[in-house]
Amino acid sequence: MDALSAVLQGLPMTIVLTLSAFAIGLVGAVPLAVGLSSSNLIIRLASRLFVDLVRGVPIIVWLFLLKFGIQIGTFKFNPVAAAIVGLGVVSIAYLAEIYRGGLQAVPRGQGEAAHALGLTRGTTFYGVMVPQAFRIVSPSIATYLTGLLKDSSIASTIIVAEMVFQSQSFARQHPTVEGILPYILVGILYIALSLPVAYLSRRLDSRMRKAVYA
Amino acid sequence: MIWLTEWAAYLPQMMSGLGVSLLIAGVSIVAGYPLGLVLSVMVSARNLALRTLALAVVEIGRGAPALVILYLFYYGLPKFGIAFESITAACLALIWNSAAYSSEIMRAGIQSVGRGQLEASSALGLAQRHTFWRVVMPQGMRSAIPGLMGVAIQMFQGTSLAYAIAVPELMKSAYNIGSQDFNYLQIFTLAGLCYAVISMPATWITVFFEKRMARHA
Repeated sequence: MDALSAVLQGLPMTIVLTLSAFAIGLVGAVPLAVGLSSSNLIIRLASRLFVDLVRGVPIIVWLFLLKFGIQIGTFKFNPVAAAIVGLGVVSIAYLAEIYRGGLQAVPRGQGEAAHALGLTRGTTFYGVMVPQAFRIVSPSIATYLTGLLKDSSIASTIIVAEMVFQSQSFARQHPTVEGILPYILVGILYIALSLPVAYLSRRLDSRMRKAVYA
Repeated sequence: MIWLTEWAAYLPQMMSGLGVSLLIAGVSIVAGYPLGLVLSVMVSARNLALRTLALAVVEIGRGAPALVILYLFYYGLPKFGIAFESITAACLALIWNSAAYSSEIMRAGIQSVGRGQLEASSALGLAQRHTFWRVVMPQGMRSAIPGLMGVAIQMFQGTSLAYAIAVPELMKSAYNIGSQDFNYLQIFTLAGLCYAVISMPATWITVFFEKRMARHA
């Protein structure tokens, strides 16, 4: 099981990449989602342009742009930092779109009721809209996380030593039939890793539905 | 402004790369969607072996990263003496990918057709295959259109991964130009714009269709 241990060497890096980018996305998407649903036309269009532009360019291009294109004085991104920032920015754009959908799905009456009760705009937003929106979008967020896990494999193209990179180097050292093993194992590992997230999202899904529509 | 004149000089070489990208995306869609349709029907087949096979193909195609499938075809299979040219390997991997994703969307579309439709067709005495082809499919595929358009955009963007197996597509031609003059910032910005110029309007059209469908639902 040399192949398996070779692939597993990349597992921590895969998890670090995925979770770091996810954390950046979860936080960074909040202001952007507010921008997307802003009543100010310029702010709304600028946010929309940012989201569509980031999503319109493949991840591999962002990673190469950051890794090879950015040089400020003597500063250059190392591969891991470029991968985390690149995947993080892409996550921001995707999650902002998910958040916006959630905010829009909260029934209008909720905002109006909060207003009628004399709640301030801040309290209405953070105390009434956001908690309900979060319930609606949490399954989509979980789905995005599994997608991000798979996309983290693209970091191997800028020489980040995650699972796919490790599979590649094992396969290169084993030109025999054994060399196909790491690719099969790494594929299974990705599926296995996304199972708990998918399970969690399904549970959240049914629980949230109950909570929202009870 | 210097960028613009240099971009103009790079553009012809990039365009041939873009052509290869579009070709791969086109092949993966044209071959992948019919396969996806077959898979979406197989997944609910009564035969256990058929159903398991279809489920495995779909779950691997969706669950494993496209890059891994790409490597499996290009670096993995040759170890068994099955070797492909890089562009063939890219097409095969992306066909698998698009078949798996599209099958899920078509399955959801078929399932969205109301029970009443089936009951009505059986009450009218339609044969099973007529019910399927004339009643279920037209309605199911119609509601699958926005999702399938989304997968098509995803496939186009996915062709950029073929860079990793040295297919001379857009990303690869950008990299080749960049490694001559080391002006990576400029060249990858141009490459990104090339992708965005196609993906962004395509996304807007998809959103437009989604909204129109939602209105009629």
